[in-house]
Amino acid sequence: MLRVQLRKRRGDFSLEVDFHAPVPGVTALFGRSGCGKSTLISLIAGLLSPDEGRVQIGEDVLVDSERQYELDARHRRIGVVFQDARLFPHFSVLGNLQYGARRLPRGAPTPIGFDDVVSMLGLGAMLRRRPQELSGGEKQRVALGRALLGQPRLLLLDEPLASLDLARREDVLPYLEKLRDALAIPIVYVSHQFDEVLRLATRVVLLDGGRVLADGDLAAVSRHPALREIVGPDAVGAVMAGVVERMDAAGLTVVRVGDAEFVIDEPATPGQRIQIQVLARDVIVAAARPAGLSVRNVVSARVVSVTPDVGRAVLVELDIGRTATLLARITSRAAQELGLSADVQVWALIKAVSLRGHVFSAPAR
Amino acid sequence: MLSPAETEALTLSLSVAARSVLFNLPIAILVAWLLARARFAGRTVFDAFVHLPLVLPPVVVGYLLLVLFGIRGPIGGWLYQNFGIQLAFTSTGAALATAVMSFPLVVRSIRISLEAMDRGLEDAAKTLGAGAVDRFFSITLPLITPGILAGAVTAFAAGLGEFGAVITFAANIPGETRTLPLALYTALQTPDGDALAARLALISFALGLAGLLVAELLSRRIRRTLGR
Repeated sequence: MLRVQLRKRRGDFSLEVDFHAPVPGVTALFGRSGCGKSTLISLIAGLLSPDEGRVQIGEDVLVDSERQYELDARHRRIGVVFQDARLFPHFSVLGNLQYGARRLPRGAPTPIGFDDVVSMLGLGAMLRRRPQELSGGEKQRVALGRALLGQPRLLLLDEPLASLDLARREDVLPYLEKLRDALAIPIVYVSHQFDEVLRLATRVVLLDGGRVLADGDLAAVSRHPALREIVGPDAVGAVMAGVVERMDAAGLTVVRVGDAEFVIDEPATPGQRIQIQVLARDVIVAAARPAGLSVRNVVSARVVSVTPDVGRAVLVELDIGRTATLLARITSRAAQELGLSADVQVWALIKAVSLRGHVFSAPAR
Repeated sequence: MLSPAETEALTLSLSVAARSVLFNLPIAILVAWLLARARFAGRTVFDAFVHLPLVLPPVVVGYLLLVLFGIRGPIGGWLYQNFGIQLAFTSTGAALATAVMSFPLVVRSIRISLEAMDRGLEDAAKTLGAGAVDRFFSITLPLITPGILAGAVTAFAAGLGEFGAVITFAANIPGETRTLPLALYTALQTPDGDALAARLALISFALGLAGLLVAELLSRRIRRTLGR
C-alpha cells in the first residue's frame, strides 16, 4: 500500500494531503488544473521536498519528516512519466529505454524484461529512431517503457495524455490498460479528464485547492457533489462497478451491479470486472413499471434525495440496492408530478446504448 | 606562397588560440554552471569579476598576469620553483593571456545554453537512478554541447587576434609569442613593412572568415543531431 501524508506551501498555494492507494491497482489523482496534482507527484517522486510529512510504500519509508529522513529521488525506484514525456533528445529510443536499466544496482532483480516491455508497448519498430521523429503518442509509450525498465515499485503518470489530441490518446490508452492488467505495479494516475479516470482507475483521490475532498472507490467518489462541479453538468453521473454475468441472446452483455442487472452494448467475457458510467441526463424516472418501451434497463430503485441542479432541473439520487447508486437529472416539474421525495419507490430507465462500460481484464484488487 | 616568417606567425597564432581554448573550456564550464545553477553569497560580485576582461583594457589584464604569473609573482614563482614552468614571455603564457581575455565570452555562451536547457530532463534522469555527476555527464553536458562549441569557436577566433594582453604578458618574441597581430604590428613599425603588413592583414581576414564558416557548419550539424 502506498501511504501519503504531505504538507507543502509554495507561495500562496498550500498542499495538504493524506491518502492511501492500494497495491496493485490504479489510483487516480483527479482534479482541475492547479489543484496541486503535479506538485504532489513531484513530492512523491522526490523531486520536491515537503515541509512536513511521510510517504511509505509497503513497509519502506521514503519520507519521514519527524525523523528528518528523505530518500533521494534516485534511490526511490519510482517510475515517472511526465506530461511532456521528457525523452532524452540525444539518445535513440533504445538509448532512452536503457537509461534506467543501466543504472540499476548490480544484481538487482529485473522482473520486467526488455523484450516484454518492447512488445507490450509496441516499440519494436522504433528502437533506432530519435525522440524528435516520434509522434506524441509514441513518445509517451517510450517514456512508459523507460520508466518500467527502471524496475519501479510504483509508477507515477502525470497527465501522460494531456498534451495529445483525442485521436492520439487512443495510441496510448489501450497500452495503459494492458499495463494495468498485466503488471503487479501500483499506478498513480494524475488526470483532469474524467473519462480517462473512468477507463483506467478503480480508486480516486479527488483534489481541489490542495486538499483531498474525497478518497475511495470510483463508484463512491463519483457521487461526490464536488466532483459534479469539476466535471461539469454534462458529465454528471454515477459510476457502478459490476461483474460481467453472461451474454444475452441478442449478444448484449449482462452486468450484475449489486442486486440489479444491466444490459450494455460492450463486448466482454463473463467474470470480467467492468466499470459502467451512467450519465444523469440519460436516466428516466418512472413511478410505475412501464411496458412497451424500447428501453433495455428497467431497475427498481428507492429515492435517496432530490437536490436542485442546473437550470430548472433537479438531481435525484437513487438507491438500487447494495450501496449501488444512480443519479438522474429531471426537471423539477417532473419531480413534483411524480411526488419524488426520500424513500419513494420508483423505476429507473436507461437505454443499453447510453451506458458506457470499461472492462478490466484482471480483478483490480 | 607564404614566407617562413608569415608561416611562423600563422601557425603560432593557430597554436596559441587552440591552447587558449583548451585552458578555457573546463574552467568556463564550471564557472558557467556555478553562475547558472548554484546559489551562493557573492554570486553577483563573482559574475562581475568573470566579466572583467571584457571591460578592462587588455594591457591591464596583461599587467595583472605579469604580477601574478611572472617569475617572481605568487603563482608564477610557485610554478617555476616546483615544476620549472615559466609562463611569462613564452607561447604558453601567450595562450594563457589569450584565454583570460576570451574567458567571459566562453562562459556567457555556455551559460546561455545551460539556462535554456530543459531541467526537466535532469529530473527525469534522477528518477531513473542517475546521481549528480552521472546526470551532468550523461544529460547536461551533451545537451549544452552547442553552447560549448559556439563558445570555443568564438574564443578561438577572438584568440587569433589577441594583442594587448599577449604583448604585455608574453612580449613580442619571434617564433615564441609573435602571433599574427604582433607580426603585423612589428611590420608596421619597420620601414618598408607595408607590403608585409597588408599580406598579414589579408591572412587574418581569411582566417577569421574561415573560422566563422566552420562554426556555422558545426552548429548546424549539432542542432540536427539534437533535433532542434
